[in-house]
Amino acid sequence: MIDLSLLSDGGMGWLDASGPHSDLVLSTRIRLARNLAGRVFGVRNSAGEREEILTEVRAAAEDVEPLDHAMLIRLDQLPQLDRQLLHERHLVSKDIAGLDPASRVRAGSALLVQNDIGVMVNEQDHLRLQGLKSGFALEAAYDGVNDADSELGQRLAFAFHPEFGYLTSCPTNVGTGLRASVLIHLPGLVLTKEISKVLQGLSQVGLTFRGLYGEGSEVVGNYFQLSNQTTLGKSEFDLLDHLGKMVQQVITYEEQARQVLLRDAPSVIEDKVWRAYGLLRYARSLSFEETMNLLSGVRLGVGLSLVPGLSLYALNKLLVHTQPAHLMASDGPGEVSGVEVAIRRAAYVRQTLEEEAGRAA
Amino acid sequence: MNCQQCGEREAVVHLTQIVDNEVSTVHLCERCAAERGIESDVELEKSPLGSLLATVGKEVGAGLPETETAGLGHLRCEDCGATLQDFRDIGRLGCPLCYTTFVRPLRELLRRLHGSTHHLGERYAAPGSPALRDAEAQVRDLREQLERAIETENFERAAEVRDQLRALE
Repeated sequence: MIDLSLLSDGGMGWLDASGPHSDLVLSTRIRLARNLAGRVFGVRNSAGEREEILTEVRAAAEDVEPLDHAMLIRLDQLPQLDRQLLHERHLVSKDIAGLDPASRVRAGSALLVQNDIGVMVNEQDHLRLQGLKSGFALEAAYDGVNDADSELGQRLAFAFHPEFGYLTSCPTNVGTGLRASVLIHLPGLVLTKEISKVLQGLSQVGLTFRGLYGEGSEVVGNYFQLSNQTTLGKSEFDLLDHLGKMVQQVITYEEQARQVLLRDAPSVIEDKVWRAYGLLRYARSLSFEETMNLLSGVRLGVGLSLVPGLSLYALNKLLVHTQPAHLMASDGPGEVSGVEVAIRRAAYVRQTLEEEAGRAA
Repeated sequence: MNCQQCGEREAVVHLTQIVDNEVSTVHLCERCAAERGIESDVELEKSPLGSLLATVGKEVGAGLPETETAGLGHLRCEDCGATLQDFRDIGRLGCPLCYTTFVRPLRELLRRLHGSTHHLGERYAAPGSPALRDAEAQVRDLREQLERAIETENFERAAEVRDQLRALE
């Protein structure tokens, strides 16, 4: 089994809810796609070439301050449960982790990770650099990953075209190779049924939304990942600035929606929040989806100061540790049935909420 | 499972929401979801790349002399061996050189995907390569490109180059 305790904060420094607007925005992620010049992209290369790429990237990373103590995790040598664990922590994509039923993990697939900077090697692109920060922190997240990129780019020759910019395997990423995503909790807009209008508006200004796990994932628990749709024709600064302004706007809408709820239906909202809390606190078996939805209600309650003594950190931790692989791995390796996972989930949630209540008392 | 709204098409979007204080999951087909402003994963995948892929390289020929378009379908990237058909099939290019090999159909695709064909972000010089050309050389180069575009009556391209020149100057 992989020992994630070797990573600082288990690779999830963002859980501490220390960033701006942490009650609404869980995390900000910046991803940069890079490829090595003169090398065939991931879709067409061989296992040997992938191995060479990994060796090259590792050697370069050792000389680069943001990555010189990076932990190397070879996904191609890990069992599925461990790969899923890393995916649930948002450290690797579903694609590189080989979690799609139709695909499997490919040779040379690896993750280098140090603090809040990660590099997926041999994903769809040779390198996918990623910076993750707590809360709404586009600039801070970009600064970190940009440093790592600049330094790596002095040691590795990236594929760059004067007209098209950084070249990527998929033309939807070409140019800056930059995808910035803000993971935001929008129960107010969902409850007031304003959400589709907001999402439609975002798509008209070149932004897109996804679910909790990024591309191709469903929206659960009212968590939306908002990100830039295009990567070419705008500078990095403009892409971030545009997304930042729009997210700021969404935050304002969400806050307004919450005020409307409090004004028009205070007792209904309070009841709903405490019902969610009660279920989480005492249930003996919980499905993942139910847990996510109940946590959404409780998080709303914390945001509206209806539920005292419950930290955002605890809520963030619950979000991560109630995912299937985390629960399956919680008692060592071995087959665990779905029923058992639901029981473990409820137990974990109960224990966390009890501890929080005890801490607050 | 069928769509809960129209009851006809297969539900592909499963949206969990809280309506009237009840947590519920709504199962919708792509069309009904789109009506509510929700794009399904399917739709996300199709758009914008998927639907455009099939047309890659097809309109490029329009209005050009046959000698110019003839070889397009048979172009093969010298570095990785990929063809335009490979790209249409999987939506991924094979290597950096593909961007040069298929430059004309790609330009058209990029324009549709990103609304632009020109990188305006950070300039990069690989280690050991000659340092980035200074701004003057870039301006000279762009002026030449602009003249060429006007000569060939490629006004769209000319407008782009003009914008780049303005940005530099």
